[in-house]
Amino acid sequence: MNGAEYLVSFLEKKGVEYIFGYPGGSVIFLYDVLGRSGLKHILTRHEQGAVHAADGYARVTGKPGVCFATSGPGATNLVTGIANAYLDSVPLIAVTGQVNLDSIGRDAFQEADIIGITMPITKHSYMVKKMDELPSVLEEAWNVATTGRPGPVLIDMPKDIFAGTVDSQVGLEKKYSRKVPLKNGLSEQLDKVVAALHEAKRPLVMVGGGVVSGQASEIIREFVNYTKMPVVTTLMGKGAFPDTAENCLGMVGMHGMPAANLTLNSSDVLIALGVRFSDRITGKPENFLPETTIIHVDIDPAELSKNVVADIPVVCDVAKFLTEMLSRLKKKGLEFATKEWLQEVTIFKEKYPLLYEKEGGLKPQTVIEEVARQVGDKVVVVTDVGQHQMFVAQFYPIGKTRNFVTSGGLGTMGFGLPAAIGAAFGKTNEAVALFTGDGSIQMNIQELATIANHQLPLKVFILNNSCLGMVRQWQELFFKGHYASTLFDSNPDFVRLANAYGIKALRAGETDDISEIVAEAFRLPGPVIVDCAVCQGENVLPIIPPGGKLNEMLGRWKGEAHISRIS
Amino acid sequence: MKCWGGGKVKHTLAVLVENRPGVLSHVAGLFSRRGYNIESLAVGETDDSSVSRITLVVEGDAKIIEQVSKQLNKQVEVIKVNDITEEETVDRQLLLLKVNADIAVRQEIMQIVEIFRCRIVDIGRRSLIVEATGDDAKIQAIIKSLQPFGIMELVRTGRVSIVRGQK
Ligand SMILES: Cc1cc2nc3c(=O)[nH]c(=O)nc-3n(C[C@H](O)[C@H](O)[C@H](O)COP(=O)(O)OP(=O)(O)OC[C@H]3O[C@@H](n4cnc5c(N)ncnc54)[C@H](O)[C@@H]3O)c2cc1C
Ligand SMILES: Cc1ncc(C[n+]2csc(CCOP(=O)(O)OP(=O)(O)O)c2C)c(N)n1
Repeated sequence: MNGAEYLVSFLEKKGVEYIFGYPGGSVIFLYDVLGRSGLKHILTRHEQGAVHAADGYARVTGKPGVCFATSGPGATNLVTGIANAYLDSVPLIAVTGQVNLDSIGRDAFQEADIIGITMPITKHSYMVKKMDELPSVLEEAWNVATTGRPGPVLIDMPKDIFAGTVDSQVGLEKKYSRKVPLKNGLSEQLDKVVAALHEAKRPLVMVGGGVVSGQASEIIREFVNYTKMPVVTTLMGKGAFPDTAENCLGMVGMHGMPAANLTLNSSDVLIALGVRFSDRITGKPENFLPETTIIHVDIDPAELSKNVVADIPVVCDVAKFLTEMLSRLKKKGLEFATKEWLQEVTIFKEKYPLLYEKEGGLKPQTVIEEVARQVGDKVVVVTDVGQHQMFVAQFYPIGKTRNFVTSGGLGTMGFGLPAAIGAAFGKTNEAVALFTGDGSIQMNIQELATIANHQLPLKVFILNNSCLGMVRQWQELFFKGHYASTLFDSNPDFVRLANAYGIKALRAGETDDISEIVAEAFRLPGPVIVDCAVCQGENVLPIIPPGGKLNEMLGRWKGEAHISRIS
Repeated sequence: MKCWGGGKVKHTLAVLVENRPGVLSHVAGLFSRRGYNIESLAVGETDDSSVSRITLVVEGDAKIIEQVSKQLNKQVEVIKVNDITEEETVDRQLLLLKVNADIAVRQEIMQIVEIFRCRIVDIGRRSLIVEATGDDAKIQAIIKSLQPFGIMELVRTGRVSIVRGQK
């Protein structure tokens, strides 16, 4: 068996179904084997498309995404996608070809030190330098990507490793890790959590991306039903607890729901589950909830007290934590009297609903609301990065875990289209709705060819405001309306562009019946592009201005004509 | 207001790592990209040739040191991180120093060398090379005493440390 065959059979044994990739000289042996194997290779039109597609696939399935690229430019084209998966803790296996072993370090044709480049943005990057290392490297890499806090790994394979022979005997030898785990007093910490909850008058649960990756969305519902606490989510936690549940206030943070931010601000005990307290939520960490007792549960010890000091840090898988907590609470028969607190929360909701001005042109929020109304949880929702992303977070309620795909940590424009491709391959029984901007979609527009190729049921809503809306908004609010390099005067005609790729396309504007157009998009089989000409000047509100606190949101409040600060 | 106690203190971290190529650059890279400063670093094989030990001296408050240790611990090749700052340790650095040494001052320099129990390892026409081992304080003191003669060149290693007793 040669190295390429070994790699392919290894991936088959792990249950991998799809590889997203792009061929080249150093992986030509690999592609020769791949083409004859049971693995399905999805040829994207750029390596960045391949890595984001693998990422999108992983997010909707929970299985690691796998992508292949050739050495040099192929490998460096993966970099943004790897960083994106790293910041959002997505399990990903990137295999790159490398020049022959004896050429390494000589600036050979298409040589790039991809290990050196990616080490800071992977859980680990491996180079296979000897044939007999291959089996153990693959096994270890797979484990690293998928266990603990998930994340990307990169395996760099010189061309001669693909061609060389693997001794199957060596393959059986298992390498063990000598890592000495940190001490963990879980039981004591759980006791402290129970005590803190017992004292709490205004407890709150914050659901983060760790609840998605920890497959804890069932158990968390049980926990919340039992304790009757209100729930807020982060952007990455969206869907892990249904937005539609009565206790759920939605997303917190810079562009969070007003009631969610106010509830967070008033809480006295916060149970943060699988969140990493990003600056989009904490603002200045010193100012973040100084009076609140923070219980922080995370599988990665390095997250605890990294940004925000945890009063009760708990290193634990979130599902395990919730199971243990429920059994302790039930054993003690602890009751939770949250009725008054829930009333207070309801008042926040009634007093500060999320509003927008519906008149004056087609609003991006209207398009999103209409799609949500018509197809709701029946589709996977994917976003790109910008204002439209935040509008989706605010106006599209998500009811199912792994049904919402967005680039949170790196905020990578161009993520949406290829990630939606990965999502479509991951959830073959659902359609995919992608919301993107006229800026973002042009960053990986070549992938229209991939969706045309596979006739994926992908409905792409371009919320086309002829500008880089998110940046334009900041220039309006914080740079006196000096719109430097954010307004586009020469966008392509996206409908004709889609047609050129052989994709059906619709136009939506101020005078069109948006509900009919949305219905048509979902009625038509296969991919459909909907170019929505939305208002250029729309802003994402509320917004916590830089350095502001949770209750200092700028927004459009009930009964007020102008934007103002809440307090 | 919640905060971390304590000001900046120098910490000595003993880090056991897999002895593989590239490990040192990973560890050093981690420090630079997370914005931590390495004051000194020494690396070498242990009694087990597949394991190296990196002795790091880092300055920071409790919060930074905790983050440094946890981030180090996350690296696949790191086996164990020990903060030995509070332990009873023996610390050593090695110093090699070339000093101006005309006939007129040679005697004086040799006396200083004697006092500090270091050694002269090379004699040139106008210079001497002094070798010294010791902890930070001793090395500093030697440098200071020889400074007036004119130091031509100076190299020193990072600190290596070992915990006293049976551990
Ligand atoms: C334009 C823009 C605006 C944004 N605005 C907002 C905003 O207003 N509000 C907002 O919330 N975000 C916002 N974000 C996203 C933000 O940047 C972060 O990506 C997000 O807040 C991080 O979510 P999280 O804390 O849930 O962490 P994630 O990045 O999802 O991290 C998951 C955490 O869970 C842990 N974990 C993983 N598995 C487990 C397990 N099994 N058990 C326990 N723990 C586990 C991990 O170690 C990690 O600490 C915005 C992004 C963009 C691009
Ligand atoms: C690759 C990349 N480059 C730049 C940015 C900075 N950025 C954030 S949002 C944004 C504008 C996005 O414009 P568009 O996709 O049209 O969406 P809109 O905000 O108009 O909804 C920009 C430029 C980014 N996030 N990613």
